[in-house]
Amino acid sequence: MAFISSGYDPKEPMKDRITDIGPRKYDEFYPPVIAKNKGKWLYHEYLEPGVYVHVSETGDEVYTVRVGGMRLMSVGFIREICEIADKHCDGYLRFTTRNNIEFMVDSKDKVKPLVDDLMGRKQPGGCYKFPVGGTGAGITNIVHTQGWIHCHTPATDASGPVKATMDVLFDDFRDMRLPAHLRVSLACCLNMCGAVHCSDIAILGYHRKPPMLDHEYLDKMCEIPLAIAACPTAAIKPAKVELPGGQKVNSVAVKNERCMFCGNCYTMCPAMPLADDVGDGIVIMAGGKVSNRISAPKFSKVVVAFLPNEPPRWPQTTDCIKKIVETYANDARKYERLGEWAERIGWERFFEKCELDFTHHLIDDFRDPAYFTWRQTTQFKF
Amino acid sequence: MPKHETPMLDQLETGPWPSFVTDIKEEAARRAKNEGNVEFQIPVDVCDDILGVLELSYKHGRTHWKHGGIVGVFGYGGGVIGRYCDQPEMFPGVAHFHTLRVNQPGGKFYTTEYLRQLCDLWEFRGSGLTNMHGSTGDIIFLGTTTPQLEEIFYELTHKYNQDLGGSGSNLRTPSDCVGQARCEYACYDTQALCYDLTQTYQDELHRPAFPYKFKFKFDGCPNCCVASIARADISFIGTWRDDIRIDQEAVQAYIGGELKPNAGAHMGRDWGKFDIQKEVIDLCPTECMWMDGKELKIDNKECTRCMHCINVMPRALRIGNDRGLSMLVGAKAPILDGAQMSTMLVPFIKAEEPYDEIKEIIEKIWDWWMEEGKNRERLGELMKRQGFQKLLEVTELQPDPRMVKEPRSNPYIFWKEEEVEGGWSRDINEFRKYHKR
Repeated sequence: MAFISSGYDPKEPMKDRITDIGPRKYDEFYPPVIAKNKGKWLYHEYLEPGVYVHVSETGDEVYTVRVGGMRLMSVGFIREICEIADKHCDGYLRFTTRNNIEFMVDSKDKVKPLVDDLMGRKQPGGCYKFPVGGTGAGITNIVHTQGWIHCHTPATDASGPVKATMDVLFDDFRDMRLPAHLRVSLACCLNMCGAVHCSDIAILGYHRKPPMLDHEYLDKMCEIPLAIAACPTAAIKPAKVELPGGQKVNSVAVKNERCMFCGNCYTMCPAMPLADDVGDGIVIMAGGKVSNRISAPKFSKVVVAFLPNEPPRWPQTTDCIKKIVETYANDARKYERLGEWAERIGWERFFEKCELDFTHHLIDDFRDPAYFTWRQTTQFKF
Repeated sequence: MPKHETPMLDQLETGPWPSFVTDIKEEAARRAKNEGNVEFQIPVDVCDDILGVLELSYKHGRTHWKHGGIVGVFGYGGGVIGRYCDQPEMFPGVAHFHTLRVNQPGGKFYTTEYLRQLCDLWEFRGSGLTNMHGSTGDIIFLGTTTPQLEEIFYELTHKYNQDLGGSGSNLRTPSDCVGQARCEYACYDTQALCYDLTQTYQDELHRPAFPYKFKFKFDGCPNCCVASIARADISFIGTWRDDIRIDQEAVQAYIGGELKPNAGAHMGRDWGKFDIQKEVIDLCPTECMWMDGKELKIDNKECTRCMHCINVMPRALRIGNDRGLSMLVGAKAPILDGAQMSTMLVPFIKAEEPYDEIKEIIEKIWDWWMEEGKNRERLGELMKRQGFQKLLEVTELQPDPRMVKEPRSNPYIFWKEEEVEGGWSRDINEFRKYHKR
């Protein structure tokens, strides 16, 4: 493995340096039908799950075939995507915000060969490589974070629970039978690199044990004032600690009962790890949305305070999600998002219908806004 | 024979959804075989070791990645995330496993030619594993060693005319919806504005000088497909201020059943015959629609542009022609003080090049936040701490009822001295002439 230089000279880093050029310009990559019809689209229509057409005022049409992508993918996999796009789409494609891959063709007769090709490609274990779906009143791909594959603060994995959940929800990825579209998201810790806090169903990794304190190293590895300032509940204070050998060191003390396990201290100070095989697990949240359609955007609400991490397939998590989806599918009105349905029937009825326990953990006690989530009316359902 | 046994991960190789485990195993096999005679610049068995370390996490229920060290490319403070494995002896191939964020093209359109170039570079100088895409929107190159960082940056900029994205306390890589490129709802050119602001603020993107991260996201309409209202410090959401365009013939075609409601999005179930009264008019949140005989009428002045009627009847109803965008500010995920949605600051502004008016507002907000924001304080948290009035003051915008859901329900107004006739300096002795102690 000989080192091969790109041309960069470490002795003269500024020589021929190119910086601040930004991304490639979007219109370099438009397929011709997109370049020609940008801003002229009249309407769109779903033809089958995963396939839709946009019609332009010029009479042109673009047929899009949407494929659920693993967000974590190899260059070998991307090259196969390229091969498909070369074969069917003149060498163009796009990705969606929710990690789907979209193949576009400019006439209807090109759709079926493309769909057949995509659905015909399987991995050795039988998984589809390029499942077509994820449109309309169904379930599209799960947006997610890194998890145990690459992150230092996760309370659960990401790609694993997503694979397990999408396997369970696959029929709804391939169908459009729901009252409205349903967005599932996963964030592997409270940092929420994805916008899971406004999803119909959110899977959130959560710690439940306060940080361990690596006293011997804490002052060497961390800026103690930053660790203290990082705590949103002021649970951390400076402390002098005597090590077993009698040496006194500067460190911190944590008021454990004030900790809400956000992990922000660990982000600032690696000598305060929270991760724990038993303490960590999953919070299920439900009823959020980002669209302004009919009702205002809403936050997701915590409906299950904790489920354990159960690698490799997280069965309690996927069972819970499946149950919520089925109850919603059977009970909600057409166009009603999950959160709108829950609000119409009342959250007391939501828990009853979804057969979820309502525990004290689900009553907000974090700061002022909590008060306004308590019931300040005599109106409730028995 | 795989380098590491992965009995738990192997259970993720069945079921209908694509398996990332299979994909990584196949990449590991391709690297081992190396049919293209690539001179791999990082360990050839990097993909085996990533599976090994992930399997160990599945066994331990904990991550095996350490905090990032300070790594990056010369002159930039972002775009590279340092990452080290906490079991480097067991998994030397991923001992150093740094991430690069590569600024994605607008709308995430690609040519295969360009994607292949990225693949070649990343196979040669990295793990060959990516995220397409990261949550912020970047192309993520997942895992390489420190000596490769400058080499990758050099090749990206010199060969591919491509820059890194943002990380740390800077402007994060802006991202947009598909917009006018392929959507009839887009009220402005999301890609054009996203690209313009990305180019204008390259310095802010690459050199962290902010109190914390700052995100721009561009949604072409109030459907908000990139979730800007939930996660951007400034959400740019397309809107219009004239009338919804109506094609009455198409309205009748929906009523008559020739056209499928909601563009066919509900075809997986028989919901019965389309009922315009029940499905559109009665669901309108402002009750501003009605049928006058065979004509659909909209009192546009009362419409709040929620998109429902347009979503249900896209061939009959179209967005207005006097278009622009709303700027909402302050959204963030939960850490630290709880999640916040963006708040309406500019109800309507035109989105036309060179976007000077928009930039003026952005820069006024940044001036305030950079002056007053505490370390790791998002804009939305500063807004909470100093109040919406302060934001109005620094942006020199006029108060407008469109900025609030409702007026305040307490009268505890912080009157300023100059707002009260005569000011606050008074003579106590003069007062006492009329009011005994």
